[in-house]
Amino acid sequence: MAAIELKDVSYRHPYTKESALKHITYTFEPGKFYGVIGENGGGKTTLCNLIRGLIPHFYKGRLKGDVLIDGKDIRDWVLSDLSAKIGYVFQNPFTQISSIKSTVFEEVALGLENLGVPKDEIISRVTTVCEQLKITDLIKNDPNELSGGQKQRVAFASILAMDMDMMIIDEPTSQLDPEGTEDVFSIIKLLKDQHKTIILVEHKIDLIAEYCEEILVMSNGRLAFSGPTHEVLGNPAIMEVGAMMPQSAVFGHAMKAAGKPLQQIPINQAEAVEFVNARKEHYGN
Amino acid sequence: MAIELKSVSFKYPNGFVAIEDVSLTIHEGERVAIVGQNGAGKTTLVKMMNGLYKPFKGDVLIDGDNTREKSTAVTARKVGYVFQNPDDQIFNKTVREEIEYMPRYFKLNEAEVEKRLNYALDLARIRPFLETNPYDLPYPTRKFVAIAAVIATKPKYIILDEPTAGQDKHGIETLENMIKRLEEDQVATLTITHDMEFAVRNFKRIIAMAHKNVLLEGTAQEVFWNEDVISQARIKKPVIGEIAKSLNCEGNILFCDELVDSL
Repeated sequence: MAAIELKDVSYRHPYTKESALKHITYTFEPGKFYGVIGENGGGKTTLCNLIRGLIPHFYKGRLKGDVLIDGKDIRDWVLSDLSAKIGYVFQNPFTQISSIKSTVFEEVALGLENLGVPKDEIISRVTTVCEQLKITDLIKNDPNELSGGQKQRVAFASILAMDMDMMIIDEPTSQLDPEGTEDVFSIIKLLKDQHKTIILVEHKIDLIAEYCEEILVMSNGRLAFSGPTHEVLGNPAIMEVGAMMPQSAVFGHAMKAAGKPLQQIPINQAEAVEFVNARKEHYGN
Repeated sequence: MAIELKSVSFKYPNGFVAIEDVSLTIHEGERVAIVGQNGAGKTTLVKMMNGLYKPFKGDVLIDGDNTREKSTAVTARKVGYVFQNPDDQIFNKTVREEIEYMPRYFKLNEAEVEKRLNYALDLARIRPFLETNPYDLPYPTRKFVAIAAVIATKPKYIILDEPTAGQDKHGIETLENMIKRLEEDQVATLTITHDMEFAVRNFKRIIAMAHKNVLLEGTAQEVFWNEDVISQARIKKPVIGEIAKSLNCEGNILFCDELVDSL
């Protein structure tokens, strides 16, 4: 059974004239890693809110078409059941931090407390995710006094601690340095290895190219492009709808334009190196 | 005329030393990027340049004036700082009021207020949101409101803290055009960034920070082809550079056309 199925879904926020999502049809398979890219205002976060059930349960407005989570219509789900099933890391860590807890440890434990998880298990889970996200040193600090990058790690840890089947992660690295960004991607990869279904919204296209299996390009509320990562990210047409192409793909197209085409358009570093070496071998230098 | 840091150190009230003995000069009209891992002291350093923080040791001179002898308001008129989180900065009910706030505080005449408003709106490309409440705008757009408000104060030096965070292709293009326009108008831009591709494309001088100090300042080539600096500052070589390195290309390549030519 599909993890999430969208059938001709359109959605309009209350008091607005234009739909934020227009006729979206897509199937998310369990255990796969999806990247959602595209221009800001294109509908990426609205799509996340929909899958998470915040639309229609929290945000009103007009929803058309069908959204099925594990085969069951989103309208029939109870929001609290969805909260225990789908984790959501918010785009802005400054909004996710609860501001009601006085230490990082308590902040990360908050969701588990709400689910009524036994104390010993809370302690062990929180300790593990804090290690994974390298925030063990901060567990006694006040979450409100952390830097942007630290807050982002804490926000991520609070969701990770909940250990859910599906994760929606909205720009988890926007405040992080390159090392922190790679840490987050390696944790997302860990989740993938545990066969979680992951939907990641992210602008860092070179990392998307490296990790995701399928890509959705949102533009003006529509699903402009979608499919296997290679097919979508190697296609320069995605730039016309405000998405970025990986540097390796830009390089691949530039080689082609210079009359030195590679066997295929590379979408990551390793492929670029491989294809150039293959070309050199072919021409004997 | 320049921002000069002379053996500057900074200690937070809780005793944490964030900057230790930094000496650095930012010249009039130049474009400089500061890179380095979270916690390296980048934001603390720039907050000393606009007078928000006064050094614990050493001196910060803005066009020769010591920030210790001037109020933050006076220093900030020359050195504009755009906060990393726009919500730390924005407090007016509409985009227009936010941008006009400082020019009106300076008691400029209507024509000048209008001129500055238009200049800032054009550079930040936020004219459609003029009468919108900034908090009804998405985060990346709100960041441009914060930038526009600082541009409207007409500083000689403008400091951007992580401007590319959360920006899409259009947002990054807007920033790049803005930095060019500011340079034409003789405004220096100093940018803290984690986006190495953005740093390489737009800044002639790069400052790599680590361990509360400047590790190396130099051209993009000098910084991003110095493996020791990369590992100590925990930065990353841009993708094209990585490909060139794996292919053993010569010439410290960082740009796509250079790489294509070399193959």
